[in-house]
Amino acid sequence: MTGHEWLDEEAGPIVRAFWLTGGRTESGNRTDLDLMTLVVRTTEPVYGSLLLSPEHEAILQLAHQPLTVAELASALDLAVGVVRVLLGDLLNDRRITVRAPSSVTRFPTTRIIEEVIHGLQAL
Amino acid sequence: MDSRPSEAELAVKILVAGGFGAGKTTMVASVSEMRPLRTEEQLTERSIGVDDLDGVERKTTTTVAMDFGRITLRTGLVLYLFGTPGQDRFWFMWDELAEGALGAVVLVDTRRLADCFASIDYFERRGLPFIIAVNTFDGAKPYTADDIRIALDLDPEIPVVNCDARSRESTRQVLISLMGHVMTAMARR
Repeated sequence: MTGHEWLDEEAGPIVRAFWLTGGRTESGNRTDLDLMTLVVRTTEPVYGSLLLSPEHEAILQLAHQPLTVAELASALDLAVGVVRVLLGDLLNDRRITVRAPSSVTRFPTTRIIEEVIHGLQAL
Repeated sequence: MDSRPSEAELAVKILVAGGFGAGKTTMVASVSEMRPLRTEEQLTERSIGVDDLDGVERKTTTTVAMDFGRITLRTGLVLYLFGTPGQDRFWFMWDELAEGALGAVVLVDTRRLADCFASIDYFERRGLPFIIAVNTFDGAKPYTADDIRIALDLDPEIPVVNCDARSRESTRQVLISLMGHVMTAMARR
């Protein structure tokens, strides 16, 4: 950093990206958010103190069905790191739940691979 | 956190690797709904001039776009394709991308064969099943699978297939070959 980061042309996108999080690059939530982690919004009443930004709202809207972190970032056109901070906020307030990346990649079975092959053949 | 297997939402993660300009973007786009995925990374002074971008505008953006595709195979079974960043300075992202991946396609441009060495080394070290897909560019000299195998010093069991990254049908066949290889690799464990 040069000390002139706000004037540096190359710093522009970073400043804009993390401006959405108030400059935070961490949410204080330690949950592991892999690219393939599934996010879904909770339905219970929320007692959190978080003031929702439009981006938080957009995540909640998208996550009415389980979506991966990668898909959320892509759909919102926000950098993954920014989305992780926003998801951490929502986790802190229990507005979303997350699930470990689905089991197929960790414990693949022959049957599932066969299903993938059949699915590809049918495309 | 609920980590029980959920039949309703199975996701398969596949990586598409290869040198810069080998056709990764084209391949991911040919077979799937294509979406860019951005990660934030600062371009340092160090990286200026490092990119080998013949005839391409030098990028000064501080976010890195990765290719990202999604194919719904059936309800509840989705295949995700992640293009690995082609430039060396993004190596730090590979571990995260490779985490949980089922296998990888290493896309090869025979005019720049050496560009894929790093990808092959990485997947070998990590023990991730991969196949070589030779992108048959117009004007690229045709090589036999054996030529490629020797040039890349590949283990004999690693499939080498020709493909046209622009073609949906061809990319589909590449993915089917990869899945076959993954299955073989699983059986051997």
